[in-house]
Amino acid sequence: MQAKYKFVFGAVMVGGTVGFLMTSGIKETGVYFLTPSELAAKVQADSSFHDVGVKMGARVVHGSIERDVATQTVTFDVTDGTQTYPVVYVGLAPDTFTDDVDVVVEGRLDQGGTFRATTLLAKCGSRYETVPTA
Amino acid sequence: MTVLGQLALWLALLIGAWGTFVGFYGGLRQRPELIESSRRATYALCGVLLVASLALIVALVKHDFNVAYVASYTSRNLPTVYILSAFYGGQAGSMLFWAVVLAIFGALAQLLTSRKYDYLLPYVAGVTSAVALFFVATTLFAANPFERLPFTPADGNGLNPQLQNPGMVIHPPMLYLGYISITIPFAFAVAALVSKRLDVGWLHAMRKWTIVSWLFLSIGITLGMWWAYVELGWGGYWAWDPVENASFLPWLTMTAFLHSVMIQEKRGMLKKWNMVLIALSFFLSIFGTFITRSGIISSVHSFAQSPVGWWFLAFLVAIMAVTGWLIWARAPMLKSEAHLESMVSREASFLFNNLLLVGIAFSVFWGTMFPKLSELFRGTQVTVGPPFFNQVNIPIGLGLLALTGIGPLIAWRKASLGNLRRQFAAPVTAGLVAGVLLVALGVRHFYATLTVALAVFVTTTILQEFIRGVGARHRLHGEGYLEAFARLVGRNRRRYGGYVVHLAIVTYFVAFAGSAFNANLEASLKPGESVNLASPWGYDYTFTHIGVSQYDEMNRLVSAATVEVARDGERVGIMKSEKRQHFTCAQPISPCPRNLRQQSFEPSTEAGIRSDLREDIYIVYAGSVEGTEETYYKFTLNPLVWWLWFGGFVLVVGGVITLWPGTTVRTTRRGDTQGGYAAQLVGENKGA
Repeated sequence: MQAKYKFVFGAVMVGGTVGFLMTSGIKETGVYFLTPSELAAKVQADSSFHDVGVKMGARVVHGSIERDVATQTVTFDVTDGTQTYPVVYVGLAPDTFTDDVDVVVEGRLDQGGTFRATTLLAKCGSRYETVPTA
Repeated sequence: MTVLGQLALWLALLIGAWGTFVGFYGGLRQRPELIESSRRATYALCGVLLVASLALIVALVKHDFNVAYVASYTSRNLPTVYILSAFYGGQAGSMLFWAVVLAIFGALAQLLTSRKYDYLLPYVAGVTSAVALFFVATTLFAANPFERLPFTPADGNGLNPQLQNPGMVIHPPMLYLGYISITIPFAFAVAALVSKRLDVGWLHAMRKWTIVSWLFLSIGITLGMWWAYVELGWGGYWAWDPVENASFLPWLTMTAFLHSVMIQEKRGMLKKWNMVLIALSFFLSIFGTFITRSGIISSVHSFAQSPVGWWFLAFLVAIMAVTGWLIWARAPMLKSEAHLESMVSREASFLFNNLLLVGIAFSVFWGTMFPKLSELFRGTQVTVGPPFFNQVNIPIGLGLLALTGIGPLIAWRKASLGNLRRQFAAPVTAGLVAGVLLVALGVRHFYATLTVALAVFVTTTILQEFIRGVGARHRLHGEGYLEAFARLVGRNRRRYGGYVVHLAIVTYFVAFAGSAFNANLEASLKPGESVNLASPWGYDYTFTHIGVSQYDEMNRLVSAATVEVARDGERVGIMKSEKRQHFTCAQPISPCPRNLRQQSFEPSTEAGIRSDLREDIYIVYAGSVEGTEETYYKFTLNPLVWWLWFGGFVLVVGGVITLWPGTTVRTTRRGDTQGGYAAQLVGENKGA
C-alpha cells in the first residue's frame, strides 16, 4: 500500500508542476486578442494600455497597403468596420497578406495612434479555398 | 456520374443505419442472422462508398466544372496528381473521404479479426456503422461534393498553390488515416463494455489497430511538419497552431495507451484508465476535425467556416455522453487485479509516462482553447503563443525522454539494486559523459545540453538491449551474430520494434534541440552584393545575390532569385528561391497564351533549401524593388533538421517491425520480475 501513496504523492508533484508551468506560462506569455474597437475602448479607459503588447485581429483596408522592399517595411490600415488603425510592420509579410484579408498583428499602439506590429499573420477568410468567381 | 454518387450516398445512409441497428440489437439478443447481417452491412457500406468516391474522382478528372466542388478546387491546367488530391482537399470531399476510409477499416476489422473474438464483432460493426452514418449524413446534408451549379464555368478556380506540393498530397490522407483508424480500437472498447467481456481478449483483438493508427498519426504529423517547413517559408516546422495541436492531441493519448495497455496485459491493472484513454483518443480525433472544420479557434490554417462544425459538436457531445455512461455502468467490472508494489518498478515508470503524456495533452488542449475559455470567463480573448507551449512542454518532454530509457529496462513489480546497476550503469555514464563533453565544447544552452545527454542515455540503453540479446542468443543457441540479431528481432517484434520507435523519438528530440541554435539574417541585396552569416557549427557562410529570372512552368509564372553560397570561402553551390504566380486560362488552350491568363491566388513562395547532416541552409526570396533586381532575402541556418525527417523514417521502420505478421508474441510469465529480454532468455534456460 505504501507504494500507492508514494505514487499519489509523485502524481500530485507532477500535476502541480504541470499546473505551475501552465499558470506561469499564461501569465508571462498571455496576450490580449482584441478587435480595433476593443483596443480603442481599452486605451480610452486607461492610457497606460499603450505600453501593453496586444494582438489585434482586423481586416486590411482595400488599397491601403504600401510596401518598401528596400527596407522591407509594410504600412497598411486595418479596420473592424467602426475603428481603423494604421499599422507599420517591418519584416517579411506572408504570401497570403493582401487587400481585404483578415490579419492578426501583434505589437503596441503608440501614443500617436499607429500600431507598431512585430508579427503579422494573414489568413484568407478560407485559406484553402478561393473566392468563387461566379 | 454525380447522380450515381448521390444515389450511393443515400444507400450508404440506409445501410449505415441498418448496420448500427442490427449490430447492437443482434449482438444483445444473440440473433445469428442479424449478426451475420451486421457483418454484411459493413461490406456493403464499403462498396457503396467506394462507388460514391469513384463518382467524385471521375467528375474531378473529367473537369466537370458544373459540379461546384470540382469548380472550386481544380482547374484545367492543374497537374493530375493534384486533381486527385483535391478529392480530400476541400471540406465536402474530405467528409466523403473520411466516410469511405472508415468503411474500409470497418470491413477490414470484420475480415481480419480472429474468429476467437467473434463475440465482439457485432458491436464493432455497430459502432463503425454508426460513426460512418454520421459522416455520410454530414456529407449529404451539410457538405455535399455532388452539388451542381446553375451554370458551367469555363474553368475552375484551381487548387491553392500552397497545397500544390508533394507533401500535401500525402500529409492529409495520412493524418486522416490516423484519425479514422482510432475508431476501430474505440469500437472494440465499446464492444467489450457492451458485451461485458472485459478480460484481455479485446485488447489482443485490436492491438495491431492501435499501432496502425498511432503510426499513421505519427507519419501524418511528421509530413505536416515537412510541408510547413518547405512550403510556408517561415523557416520552422512547428508553430503550435491550433490545427497542429489538434493532430498532436490524439497522438499523445494514443502513445499513453500503447504503454499503459502493457500494464493491463501483464498485471491486470489500469483497466478503467485504458478505457478512458482509448475513448479520449477517439473524442480528440473528432475534436481535431471539429477545430479544423469549424474555425472556432482563429488559426492561420483555418478552413471555411461552415455548419459542419455544429454537426461535429453535437456528435461529440453525444458520443461522450454514451461512452461516459457505459464506462461508469461497467466500472465495477473493471477492478484492478494487482496493485503497485514499488515506486522503483516498470509499473511505476509507465504510470509516470502516462501522467506526463496526459499532462502535455492537457496543457496543449488548455493553451489551444485558452482564447475561447478566457472570452467565456473574462469577456476578453487572451491568446497564448509558442512561448507558453515551449515553456510548459520542454521540461515535461525531457522527463518523458528520460522515462523512455528507464521504462523498458527496469524490472516489473520491484526492481532490485542489482537490476538497477546491471541495466543503468553504462547508460547513465554515457549520458553524463556526453553532457560534460558538450559543456566542455562550449555549449551553454541548458535544455539542449540536457536533451543530448538524455538522448545518449536512452540510445545506450537500447543498444545495450540489442547487444545483450544478440550475445545471449549467440552463446545459448550457437547462432552467428547476424542470425542471432535477425532471430532476436523476428521473435520479439513488439519489443524490438518498440525499441526502434524509441530510437526514432530520440532522434526527433535531438532535432528539436537543434532548433535552439537557429541563425538568421535578412538583407536587401543588389546583384553581386553579398552578406555573411555565422553558423552555430562555427562556419562562416557567404551569400551572394546573382539575379532574378522569370519563366513559365506548368500552371504558373515563376520568378526565381538565385544566390551563390560559399562556406568558409569555399563554393557550396547555387541556390534559388521562387515566387510563383499561378494562373488559370480563359480558354482550354495549352500552353496558355499570355493574354488569356487570369491570375489565381496570391503569389506563393518556394524556399530554397540545402540539407546536410549538420544543418539546413534555408533561403527565402521576399521580393524585389519594382523594376530592378535589388532583392530582399531572408537567410536561415537550421541545425539538425535533417534528423527530423530521418527520425520519421526510423519510426516507420520500427512500426513496420512491430506490425509484421507472423509468429505470435510471447508474453512474459507473471512471476518474472527481471527487466530486459536477455535476462529473460538466460532465466528461461536456467530453468530448463
